[in-house]
Amino acid sequence: MNFKNFMNLGYTIKDIKDGLAKGHFTAEEIFKRYSDKIKTKNKKLNAYLSVFDSGVARVGTPKARNDNEHLWGDEGQAHAMDLQGVPCAIKDAILIEGSISTAGSKILENYISAYDATVIKNLKKAGATFLGKTNMDEFAMGTSTENSAFGPTKNPHDLNRVPGGSSGGSAAAVAADLCVFALGSDTGGSVRQPASMCGIVGLKPTYGRVSRHGLIAMASSLDQIGPLTKNVYDSALVLNVIAGHDSFDSTTVPSVVPDYTANLDKDIKELRVGIPKEFFGKGLDPEVEEKIKETISKLENMGANIIEISLPNFEHALAVYYIINPCEISSNLARFDGIRYGYSTKNAETLLETYLESRSEGLGAEPKRRIILGTYALSSGYYDAFYLKAQKVRALIKKDFDDAFKKVDIIVGPTAPHAAFKIGEKVSDPLALYLEDIYTVPVNLVGLPGISIPCGKGRNSNMPIGFQLIGQPFDEETILRVSYQLEQALK
Amino acid sequence: MLSDKEVKHIAGLARIKISEKEEKSLKKDLSSILEYIDKLNEVDTTGIEPLYQTTGLVDSFRTDEPRGEFKMDENLNEKLIGQAPASEKRFIKIKSVFSRK
Repeated sequence: MNFKNFMNLGYTIKDIKDGLAKGHFTAEEIFKRYSDKIKTKNKKLNAYLSVFDSGVARVGTPKARNDNEHLWGDEGQAHAMDLQGVPCAIKDAILIEGSISTAGSKILENYISAYDATVIKNLKKAGATFLGKTNMDEFAMGTSTENSAFGPTKNPHDLNRVPGGSSGGSAAAVAADLCVFALGSDTGGSVRQPASMCGIVGLKPTYGRVSRHGLIAMASSLDQIGPLTKNVYDSALVLNVIAGHDSFDSTTVPSVVPDYTANLDKDIKELRVGIPKEFFGKGLDPEVEEKIKETISKLENMGANIIEISLPNFEHALAVYYIINPCEISSNLARFDGIRYGYSTKNAETLLETYLESRSEGLGAEPKRRIILGTYALSSGYYDAFYLKAQKVRALIKKDFDDAFKKVDIIVGPTAPHAAFKIGEKVSDPLALYLEDIYTVPVNLVGLPGISIPCGKGRNSNMPIGFQLIGQPFDEETILRVSYQLEQALK
Repeated sequence: MLSDKEVKHIAGLARIKISEKEEKSLKKDLSSILEYIDKLNEVDTTGIEPLYQTTGLVDSFRTDEPRGEFKMDENLNEKLIGQAPASEKRFIKIKSVFSRK
């Protein structure tokens, strides 16, 4: 199978580090190069909501190298300097102190972040620089970035098509080389699905691997921050920097973070790869199925054992997600009340009206839809039938995966049921947009790590298709290893 | 599936004011979503414990010591309440909780 790079992705993290080390450019020069490029190209794409004049974050003492070069980072830290001078884009739901974070919503249009998210602190310690904040579906609710209060982002491969969502801005920025890497957040597929639609790599770590402190919360039992990168090696490098226990997030695990770049070349012969038969039912676009099956054959040629498995409760995963997700949202978005920060109405006479009007005027249609759905499902008389029932079926879905992982090491399949659709095509049918997440939500429900890598273009749409690899809890190493070698084989 | 009265009541609980038009479209959208979700009633979950979180972590404690992340100074005040729409000195101003009628 011939797979050509259909897009000039520009610099990878390794390219930047090589260039800096050889003196081809300085950190400031590369930052300016990207800033200038954003100035000319962002209007067409709408990937960035805000850009920074100077993204050079100073932590620790600047260390002079080669007379002219000043690099930043904190040398005393693990993985310090791993991302020296590498410019990145950050999804607008992740707080960078002193800068605006909108979460794609008018209700936070002018909200100035009060602190750095832990992942930002880590990136600063590693010497990364920040180009700006990227567009997203409002409060991460969406699969196309069309729910943003600030206009949709365009897919760099076809400006009439969506980049996926909710981390559409981050995915488009990476795919159009408007940054070297980006961070997004994934609650039901929001890093993996846009990566799939934009032809780049997107990783969702195991729930508990990366701190959520400083991520504007959507669904607290499902959210994870993850990297969007141009290749698998960069994904492993960024994961090294952002992963780890955090005393500010009690859902992070105390386990040691391995070096995810260390064993990428380790042999995958005899690795057991599971293919769930339920992934190939109706709803999967034939052009996607074709590429997925080709990629599975590739894995087989590389020496992996392909084993058919079953996830009997897969068909219920989306329904489970669309109960748990709105329920947790209804709780997390209660804080936007026009009192302490964010948009506040000028039309209120009473305290109750302050709440009613601020939320009505500041929140978009999809957040309102989900808050109301969640409130209904959690209300007295319905809690058992909806929320409790969903959490029980969630346990059954986990059991399916636990049973499968007794027979296989990783599970693979499509990331999304089709390639990028046209802007406006699905926006009037919320349920159709929810169905985009069918292959990604089970991974969030069970808290597993998942990665999407590009595996070619659809024969009809000529748009990128993503191949998803799902790992066992805290086994990012194996999915990164297989993805890395598959990526080489697909070149 | 949802009555007008129910939609109004829930919107009130969620502290969101919705217009007539929004009420109509919400009723339609929510009903179709609820219909989809209703499939879950077919699943047998007798004896299954709910799975609320996947890490299995229990009692994630830290030592009761200040972490020194914030300095108690004027800047902190500005960060924490500087963005409140109405404030006076170190206090956030809101409409009266109890009505004076």
